[in-house]
Amino acid sequence: MIKAILIFNNHGKPRMSKFYEHYTEDTEQQIIRETFHLVSKRDENVCNFLEGGLLIGGSENKLIYRHYATLYFVFCVDSSESELGILDLIQVFVETLDKCFENVCELDLIFHLDKVHNILAEMVMGGMVLETNMSEIITQVEAQGKMEKSETLTLLFICQSMRQSQASRFSSKIS
Amino acid sequence: MALKIVKGSIDRMFDKNLQDLVRGIRNHKEDEAKYISTCIDEIKQELKQDNIAVKANAVCKLTYLQMLGYDVSWAAFNIVEVMSSSKFTYKRIGYLAASQCFHEGTDVIMLTTNQIRKDLSSPNQYDTGVALTGLSCFVTPDLARDLANDIMTLMSHTKPYIRKKAVLIMYKVFLKYPESLRPAFPRLKEKLEDPDPGVQSAAVNVICELARRNPKNYLSLAPLFFKLMTSSTNNWVLIKIIKLFGALTPLEPRLGKKLIEPLTNLIHSTSAMSLLYECVNTVIAVLISLSSGMPNHSASIQLCVQKLRILIEDSDQNLKYLGLLAMSKILKTHPKSVQSHKDLILQCLDDKDESIRLRALDLLYGMVSKKNLMEIVKKLMLHVDKAEGTTYRDELLTKIIDICSQSNYQYITNFEWYISILVELTRLEGTRHGHLIASQMLDVAIRVKAIRGFAVAQMATLLDNAHLLTGNTQRNGICEVLYAAAWICGEFSEHLEDPMQTLEAMLRPKVATLPGHIQAVYVQNAAKLFATVLQKHEGETDSQAAQETSQLLIDRLPLFVQSANLEVQERASCILQLVKYIQKLQQKNVEVAEEVTALFAGELNPVAPKAQKKVPIPEGLDLDAWINEPPSESESEDEKPKVVFAKEEPKHYRSRHTEVDEKELARRREVRKQEQANNPFYIKASPSSQKVYDAPGVEHIPVVQIDLSVPLKVPGMPMSDQYLKLEEERRQKEKAERKKKEKKKKREKRGKGRKADSGPESEEDITPAHQVDIVTEEMPENALPSDDDDKDPNDPHKALDIDLDNLLSGFSSRPLADSEKLPVRTHRPEVLKSPAEDRDSKSVPQETKKKSSKEKKEKKKDKEKDRKRSKEEKKKKKKHKEVEEELLESQPEEAVQSEETKEAAAPPTSTSAEASDLDFWLSSAPVPPAAAQEVTAPSSAAAVDTSSAAAPESEPDEPKDTEPEDTKSSKHKKKKQKKEKEEKEKKKKKRHHHHHHHGDAGGEDSVQNGTVEEEEPLPPMSNYSLLAENSYIKMVYDIQGNHQDESKVVVSVIFENKSDSFLKSMEFNVLDSLNSKLQRPEGAGPHDGLTVPFQLPPGVSNEARFVFSVQSIVMPQKLKGTLTFIVKSDESSTHEKLDFKLHFTCTSYLITTPCYSDAYAKLLESGDLKGSSLRLEGINMPFHHLLARICFHHHFSVVERIDSCASMYSRSIQGHHVCLLVKTSDQTVSIDAKCDEPSLLGNVLDEIKQTFSKC
Repeated sequence: MIKAILIFNNHGKPRMSKFYEHYTEDTEQQIIRETFHLVSKRDENVCNFLEGGLLIGGSENKLIYRHYATLYFVFCVDSSESELGILDLIQVFVETLDKCFENVCELDLIFHLDKVHNILAEMVMGGMVLETNMSEIITQVEAQGKMEKSETLTLLFICQSMRQSQASRFSSKIS
Repeated sequence: MALKIVKGSIDRMFDKNLQDLVRGIRNHKEDEAKYISTCIDEIKQELKQDNIAVKANAVCKLTYLQMLGYDVSWAAFNIVEVMSSSKFTYKRIGYLAASQCFHEGTDVIMLTTNQIRKDLSSPNQYDTGVALTGLSCFVTPDLARDLANDIMTLMSHTKPYIRKKAVLIMYKVFLKYPESLRPAFPRLKEKLEDPDPGVQSAAVNVICELARRNPKNYLSLAPLFFKLMTSSTNNWVLIKIIKLFGALTPLEPRLGKKLIEPLTNLIHSTSAMSLLYECVNTVIAVLISLSSGMPNHSASIQLCVQKLRILIEDSDQNLKYLGLLAMSKILKTHPKSVQSHKDLILQCLDDKDESIRLRALDLLYGMVSKKNLMEIVKKLMLHVDKAEGTTYRDELLTKIIDICSQSNYQYITNFEWYISILVELTRLEGTRHGHLIASQMLDVAIRVKAIRGFAVAQMATLLDNAHLLTGNTQRNGICEVLYAAAWICGEFSEHLEDPMQTLEAMLRPKVATLPGHIQAVYVQNAAKLFATVLQKHEGETDSQAAQETSQLLIDRLPLFVQSANLEVQERASCILQLVKYIQKLQQKNVEVAEEVTALFAGELNPVAPKAQKKVPIPEGLDLDAWINEPPSESESEDEKPKVVFAKEEPKHYRSRHTEVDEKELARRREVRKQEQANNPFYIKASPSSQKVYDAPGVEHIPVVQIDLSVPLKVPGMPMSDQYLKLEEERRQKEKAERKKKEKKKKREKRGKGRKADSGPESEEDITPAHQVDIVTEEMPENALPSDDDDKDPNDPHKALDIDLDNLLSGFSSRPLADSEKLPVRTHRPEVLKSPAEDRDSKSVPQETKKKSSKEKKEKKKDKEKDRKRSKEEKKKKKKHKEVEEELLESQPEEAVQSEETKEAAAPPTSTSAEASDLDFWLSSAPVPPAAAQEVTAPSSAAAVDTSSAAAPESEPDEPKDTEPEDTKSSKHKKKKQKKEKEEKEKKKKKRHHHHHHHGDAGGEDSVQNGTVEEEEPLPPMSNYSLLAENSYIKMVYDIQGNHQDESKVVVSVIFENKSDSFLKSMEFNVLDSLNSKLQRPEGAGPHDGLTVPFQLPPGVSNEARFVFSVQSIVMPQKLKGTLTFIVKSDESSTHEKLDFKLHFTCTSYLITTPCYSDAYAKLLESGDLKGSSLRLEGINMPFHHLLARICFHHHFSVVERIDSCASMYSRSIQGHHVCLLVKTSDQTVSIDAKCDEPSLLGNVLDEIKQTFSKC
């Protein structure tokens, strides 16, 4: 089982966090901080596995991470996952992000948190690996993207008209 | 102007989407919190809008804020609103927010049930997908219970995208609602062979996760997984399966034997490191489980170690790390193979990566021997010096102690050396493991009697140089060793050379700066030393020295009497008074030494850590019982007594009782642990428990440089290095002596060839330097047998420890009970592929019928198997190679075997066959055909029986069943034999035909009511009857009522592909009548067919379920229908169709319902029921067979049975009660029946009559 998936940058700022067990918001932040603390002090060329922090299960869980440019991708998993497998999964995740965002960078993740979540949801569900085939993931993400687009086009129109009507109501009140 | 501002702000309010929010936050770095709080206010405004788009936008922003750590649970209701939007875009936003912040405590979650159910059945697969994804994150026990059935239906959805998500989420459902596991399991298992690799992978994932927690329940799946392992090419699936096997092998060593070969092949062939690594891991697990290794296992071990060496030598740090990790597993069972790579591991100790160093340290633990312990520890001590001030050094320290103390100091030959190592370790400034060192000192000094003299001397020096240890900081971790030193010096003071000096050292004013618990020990042991000194001087005429000692104590102790620490104060004042009194006596020249020593007389023996637990509780002692009645809790605040004075009292009581909350308990536990840790009499045996001492927070203590200009190397105090040399010299000497002796011996008997004295020293040759008697730990006399470490009661997986085998194998007596079936909402029409429970109730009869017939056989078979096994073992010993060959051969055989079973039997039956075949499968050598037959026959016979009974003309087709082209003639022969046997069996069945009996719940009930059911084995029965068949396909069907829904029945149809071609695009259609209608999915027309959710490869059969709604159930009915399908062979594909007639008997509307005799009596008394009766002549089957037949074929249950008379009960799906009174005498059976619906009763009786006339 995957317990949590965290993305944070070189300064420990969270860019995405997905916990598959419930924690309070405070604990979640502490876990992110703790994980950042553990991961960031490691050299570039050391191994990508380490024992989990105390807050998230301690030595029962493993942190498996990869560091790309400004971002850390950290998966916290228990003993049922294969370390190398998860490492590959992170690679798949990042490559998928790269495909979906076209040359992904930190800013993409910052501004499109929901999209990152949606991509992740096609890979991992409830802490279990759902799909590892990148093209399949992308197909599903894109299909949903299309649906969203067709919906928003009509919505945009509705929204606009509504806003106008509201604005006019306000202005009539004021005048 | 004002208008413009307002308008602008409104615009902004609506415009601010997630991107704007993020941008805003980034632009307000200085006052981020303030900015966000205004944003939250805006969001609150937005959420008040009616527009769902605005709400969704707000919720989307909240999701972002949640990630930043803001609590957004206040918006839970709005999230639910957004979730229920009809637009996918918003729905997804809602579900995402819910998955991020909903949990079991969220109260609005119960509002979502219906929404989720609606989404799950949405025609848009992405709506369903989003709902499943969301649900996987916030599923609660309630949701799991309410939705389990819906999700289970989705497991057979036509779209693999939905199927895989549904399969995966089932794991979460099981966790929250363990009751769903048994009903859902058969279908889950089915998904292991789903045509879609994603679904298959998901199913493997779930079962692996389940099996990891309760492996024994999943052993029966091993053959299936084995098949998957040898056929799958998906590395993810392979890794999961291989990991699962790693968990299963400890339970079944035979499995391991079977695994070794394919795993070895994988190791050789795969290029994926991840797969290779997992294979190696599982091979290791297998080898661990096979304690008595066969000779060829050393090859496997060598292979593993060799592959791991390659990993460790790799430049990729990850592989290096994992290699070391796996190596440590081998180490536990095959230390020798690892020890040869000592060089590599020691090399890893110098790696720059700390995690790798730590793993290498783990390995060292198992690599020590008596021979190399000193050498290795010396190396580690060098590392300790290098690793100044890091946590790694602490780790090193604990490892050194672990290594030395492991298995009761097994490898220590010289305890003087060990003590000096410990003393050297005390030089480590700033370590937090002072406790650990101290406890080791105590442990060794107490348990190794011979070392006490030396230890005391060392400790005395330590005490003398205490100022070096304590430095300036009094909370330094290392000063803990002073605790041990003081205690050892005091307790074993008779070994002290100069007790007076030590006493003086212990009473120095500086001691008062030590932590309280250490001071307390100082004071107490000062008293012990005092006693020793007195004793020493007793005989002397000059009492000066003794009096001086008393004076010293009287001078120094007042310092401690003033201590802030209660313990110190108490002890000090007590002892002070004592000494004062002694001084008085001394002045009167009274001899007191004897009495003072008596204060501390008696040997202290170590007590085993579990000793307390093992003391049996005396009879009649109830520790949970109240001694005094507790104050009543029911008293509520409002009912305060009116008396003014009594007001305080109850409150006080209550607070006293409630205040002991969790935190407090935890704290107390911690304190107790601390106490135990400091208590020298409480000895911890295992090194792991010693880690408890780690005092958190000590690492923050500033590190103070030790003053090394005053070296600890006190004259007369040998350093550990010296011991190394000494030890080597000693060994040399011993060796030489031994050689001499041997030479002597040799000289005596020259004739007897050379002894290998030139070889390396073996372990046993090294004798300990001094006789060490390790005092064993004390246990209570009548200690209870060792109890395993209890599992965590809070583990959610404990609830999933559910026996699933009896779902699969027919042996067990626990078929699914009604209460176990999943709850189904009645207001939602069930679409295709039916509710879960009917599938289960379907498999139930199949199981039970086998149970009975096998019950007797089983014993025989077991015996036979045992015999077989022992024979095999003998064979193995004789001819190893042969067995191996056979092993190879038996695998393809296996595949044929299972396929055959499948051909013959319906899926549920083949399932059970496989399960019961586990033993057979595992006994890897080929089994004589007869034996093999015995295992498979009952299962295949069950289905064959049905088909032969209903359609005799199908029989000739049977043997033609697609045979995979076998090349090996022996296999072929075997198969033929089997076939023949099968046919014989079939014939036998026919002869037996009149002996069908036994039923599902009926069997249970009758046993319950005390009737003996095992008089005669019950032949298998099946309710499946032929629906239609042609040269391509055969359909058998069974109809079952659905007791949750009074207007629905479920028709299960087993489709069997009889041709050599692939059957696809099957469509099942029925011409509805007014009374009965096929349930079609929403949106389908009344004449549309239903797509059968699978395709059939040649020779395969599968089961589909169709739901029909019925209005009146009092009459039997027939519905005409057609199955259309495409036959696809290599060259061509043709459209075919097959007509059939579905016969709905009245029996199929009855549901087996247990009934108690008193309720039954009441029912009959009520007089609402109308009677009818039936006589059957010429029935010559045993009565219990007759009952079983009625139970099984007509869904009755036995209420009570007295001799040759029985009362039976059943209920229709619409709640009609049907009661039977069955009597038998001389081949005549009379059935008196009562029912509140006469026409139903009449039809049921007719059907019963028909059943028996068929026999």
